Amino acid sequence: MLVSLNWLNDYIDVSDYKPEDLAEIITKTGIEVESVEPVAEAVTGVVVGHVVSCEQHPNADKLSLCQVDVGEGILQIICGAPNIAQGQKVAVATPGAVLPGNFKIKKTKLRGEVSNGMICSLQELGVDEKEVPKEYQDGIYVFPEDVNTGDDAISVLNLNDIIIELGLTPNRADCLSMAGVAYEVAAALDRDYQLAEERVERSNEDASEVVEVLVDDPQANPYYGAFILRDVTVGKSPLWMQNRLTAAGVRPINNVVDITNYVLLEYGQPLHAFDYDRFGSNKVVTRRAKDGEKIKTLDDQERTLTPDHLVITNGESAHAIAGVMGGADSEVQEDTTTILLEAAYFNPANVRQAAKDHGLRSEASTRFEKGVDPNRVERAGVRACELLQKYAGATVLEGVAKFDQLDRTEKAVEMNSNRINDRLGTTISNEEIQQILERLQFHYDHNDDDFTVYAPTRRGDVERFEDMLEEVARIYGYDNLPFTLPSGASQAGGLSLEQELKRGMKSYFEGVGLDETITYSLTSEQQAEMLVSEEVKQNAKSPVKLAMPMSEDHSHLRLSILPELLQSISYNIARKQHNVAYYEVGTVFLSEEEKVTKQPHEMLRAAGALTGEWMSHPWQQEKKEADFFVVKGIVEGLVQWLNIDVEFVKAKVDGMHPGRTALIKRNNENIGFLGQVHPKLQKEWGLKDTYVFDINAEKLIELYQKEEAFETIPRFPSVNRDIALVVDEEVPAGHIESTIYEAGAPLVKQVRVFDVYQGEHLQEGKKSLAYRLLYLDPERTLKDEEVEAAHEQILNAVKETHNAELRG
Amino acid sequence: MSVPDFSPLSNDLSGHIVSTRVVPRNDYSSLVPFYGDGAFFIFIKEERTMKERLQELKAEALTKVEQAEEIQDLKDVRVEYLGKKGPITEVLRGMGKLSKEERPVIGQLANDVREEIAQAIEKKQSGLEEAALEEQLEAESIDVTLPGRPVQVGGPHLLTSIVEEIENLFIGMGFEIKEGPEVETDYYNFEALNLPKGHPARDMQDSFYITEELLLRTHTSPVQARTMGMKNGNEPVKMICPGKVYRRDTDDATHSHQFTQIEGLLVDKHVRMSDLKGVLNTFAKQMFGEEREIRLRPSFFPFTEPSVEMDISCKVCGGEGCSVCKGTGWIEILGAGMVHPNVLEMAGYDPKEYSGFAFGMGPERIAMLKYGVDDIRNFYINDQRFLKQYHKA
Repeated sequence: MLVSLNWLNDYIDVSDYKPEDLAEIITKTGIEVESVEPVAEAVTGVVVGHVVSCEQHPNADKLSLCQVDVGEGILQIICGAPNIAQGQKVAVATPGAVLPGNFKIKKTKLRGEVSNGMICSLQELGVDEKEVPKEYQDGIYVFPEDVNTGDDAISVLNLNDIIIELGLTPNRADCLSMAGVAYEVAAALDRDYQLAEERVERSNEDASEVVEVLVDDPQANPYYGAFILRDVTVGKSPLWMQNRLTAAGVRPINNVVDITNYVLLEYGQPLHAFDYDRFGSNKVVTRRAKDGEKIKTLDDQERTLTPDHLVITNGESAHAIAGVMGGADSEVQEDTTTILLEAAYFNPANVRQAAKDHGLRSEASTRFEKGVDPNRVERAGVRACELLQKYAGATVLEGVAKFDQLDRTEKAVEMNSNRINDRLGTTISNEEIQQILERLQFHYDHNDDDFTVYAPTRRGDVERFEDMLEEVARIYGYDNLPFTLPSGASQAGGLSLEQELKRGMKSYFEGVGLDETITYSLTSEQQAEMLVSEEVKQNAKSPVKLAMPMSEDHSHLRLSILPELLQSISYNIARKQHNVAYYEVGTVFLSEEEKVTKQPHEMLRAAGALTGEWMSHPWQQEKKEADFFVVKGIVEGLVQWLNIDVEFVKAKVDGMHPGRTALIKRNNENIGFLGQVHPKLQKEWGLKDTYVFDINAEKLIELYQKEEAFETIPRFPSVNRDIALVVDEEVPAGHIESTIYEAGAPLVKQVRVFDVYQGEHLQEGKKSLAYRLLYLDPERTLKDEEVEAAHEQILNAVKETHNAELRG
Repeated sequence: MSVPDFSPLSNDLSGHIVSTRVVPRNDYSSLVPFYGDGAFFIFIKEERTMKERLQELKAEALTKVEQAEEIQDLKDVRVEYLGKKGPITEVLRGMGKLSKEERPVIGQLANDVREEIAQAIEKKQSGLEEAALEEQLEAESIDVTLPGRPVQVGGPHLLTSIVEEIENLFIGMGFEIKEGPEVETDYYNFEALNLPKGHPARDMQDSFYITEELLLRTHTSPVQARTMGMKNGNEPVKMICPGKVYRRDTDDATHSHQFTQIEGLLVDKHVRMSDLKGVLNTFAKQMFGEEREIRLRPSFFPFTEPSVEMDISCKVCGGEGCSVCKGTGWIEILGAGMVHPNVLEMAGYDPKEYSGFAFGMGPERIAMLKYGVDDIRNFYINDQRFLKQYHKA
């Protein structure tokens, strides 16, 4: 809502406040002021000029040579506007004038003729194109004849007015009108304001004898009033009214339309003027539209209606979509003489539906949707009649033809001052509460601490105690509330085990060198199905799809974090960031249903992706690229930290390198995978070798075993023994390791590969694996023979199981 | 009687003890050969001879020690003079021939000489070692200005840092952290929060629906409704809930279809609006600095009544008004209010007995204000150069 301070001053004198200070007060008591700005940028040196003569420029077809009286003399000015004519009053920027954009006007010569200034269009004076009356859009602005030559054009056009823009919340529809704003400002400043009485002279003829109003659905249309005005002369509205409309962001059109718009802004009540003769009936019937019924609206669009929409008809055909837009057939035109003026109350839900269905959200529909003031509907009609009488020469018929079942009672709200103080933490006295109610102009009864407040109908948002609590609090001032801390029983705040572990996992990943990312949950259908872990696939039918996605890129909920992570890496690679190590702990969405009806399972997963150098120290010739074992090491470290045993099993996973991928298993159950992204996919993404992991973090948290007691540090010496085994190259090192552990139990505590060799001195198809074994008995010092025996046992076992030979 | 040739003997006196006869100390005049009774005696001042010998050895050894250039030279000197087969040992071995009186004197002297040589060796050795070490250290000297081996350390996302900072702050005030599903039911996302179907405020947050009843949550408030719902209407609630939320916005510098929210809720008997003000003030001062002021101003949210927005005084201009605060001196940080009685009722609380406050804020906005991030998309594009900037304590 744009509030002109000049206009507001008509209702309530605020001229003693600086606009910024007034804005601050309004913001603090109820409505956020979004900006305080003049109508147009600062302009100086523009006056009203009278075009004494206007001839064609001798050397230019499209230019006119004008002699313009600017009050202090006559200036020769060259003008290129097509609508310039002798006798006009125009806005003249004299030499030295400054127009918006710091555009300085100087005396100049155009095609051999002197020009002492410029005749301006409204746009050149800083008026927004969409607020400029249509007839002046392509040329200069022409003042009404009654303005004085030599006057300051900026004042005459009200361009120095200050506009306060209010950011209205949905509950404050009462401030969608200047009258509502005046009540609000009056309360905030503790000043008086009353909406003035309308004054109209009526003819002897009675409106209800001319038209009959019939309402089919009183629920949707509890009030419909039809005023009849005769002898209307359609023309221009007065300049002051045009100026106010412009200031409020509304384009002036003609006096009839301008007046209905003016009253809409002033009272917050939308009105509609029908050309009575074109309406073609003495009956106004409001009803729900028939399915498929058609109407051609003012914007010349043919629209198809449904019973959700309420229409205004002449008994036969629809002439307006109630509260949304009038019909083209009965539009007020230049030759209109009789007007049927509608002032009505339409049910907010109906208007909202119609506005939404037809994509027609207007100043009018917005106000109906939020509920207009029942006590101001008819008054607004009267106000329009008053103005039409004054500025369009209308003869106003007596009374109003109407259907009226409108509830105009003021809602009674009970409140108690102790309860108010208990909820606010204040000690506001009953007297102070009374003062607040009086500032708000709310009627009330009271008995000691008990108040019954009658909320005015303009304030439809005030319905119950808590609403009054807010009214009292905001006028009392939030600044005046004390600072206290909650007095109830305190609890120990903290993180749950899951939350601790989730944070711990993140710290772990960061500690080992990965950066955290946050990517989008919504992805494309294609990406939603990429790089999905086996156990997710088994429990998810297909990715959950949005009913109405905004774009294909964000249409499905992800089943894996990896695609978005790879996209992030791809983004970095494209920007020459070649070494990237990322992780994300986040949810993926698993639904077992083909057609989703239940909330999907939101599974917490931890995923990471690494590419490029993992660590390097160039001047020491040290460099390590990320590879499978870097990623595996990260995952191993994580599960060790969580005290969980897992296995890594070579496997093929869609989108992954078939020879460099492993499933992560816990007791034969899949909990994730890791490996290299398939080179084909890498190429598609523009990636170099990229290694990833994706693990079920939710499961890890569930499996986490807290170590309750620590093992004592061994007091007896351990013994190291190395063995080098030659096996077929396909035998997995991990299997041999398991065999060693089994055969060496309980003395073998640790087995570590320290060399893998293939090549010279070894038979084709064989490899050598060297292990360092650690033997330990926590209870005593091991004897050589014991170690020897265990070692022998191990050698036998690996020979038997893996056909492993001791390397000679 | 002729005097026998004495010279060979005298020449050989150094090593040989030819007599055991002891001549009194200081009687140098008696150190002459003499003859008598046909018997041949040589009277030698034995004590003096051994003493001299030891002195000589000492001088010799000390010279060698002095001249030693390497540790090995010293080792040689040690072996040569102090070893079991060395001359001093040999001198000592001959002590048996000395008189009872002379023995301790020479013994003492020998020990002193040994000791002196040993000390000299030690001293020289440590000197040589010192020099050797100096030399080694000199050789080992490096260019300390060359870069160190970088330690690979990652860091949290800026939003996570902010969320955790806020979490920790409220944990300190006794709040728990609650989380909830991102795919919500229409009931919890809207209806339980006083936003029935057809409510105009639903326009404010156009949503991503999956079915008519399921949608991506548009705020974290459903977690509040869920948490309250579990308390049977008779237990206090004190929680905050961070999480991802989604709205139908086209991504641009100030809009993101996915973003983060943190909301807080306190429900108990006699919760006052002044408590909200106190808690938010504590939060604002800890999060943005002690010198920040807060103000509440009226606003509207369907799930709170009264509803307020909280501003903090502008850090850039200190409240004077500048471009950051659009000249107002204040910056909007969060929305809050007293829990709407309908919301309490739907969760099973009697609004006459219980009251509460709730607040909600956007970590993206806080990050943008605190760090001057100018484009919300930065949080989700994951440009490494952006992420790494905030990996500092």
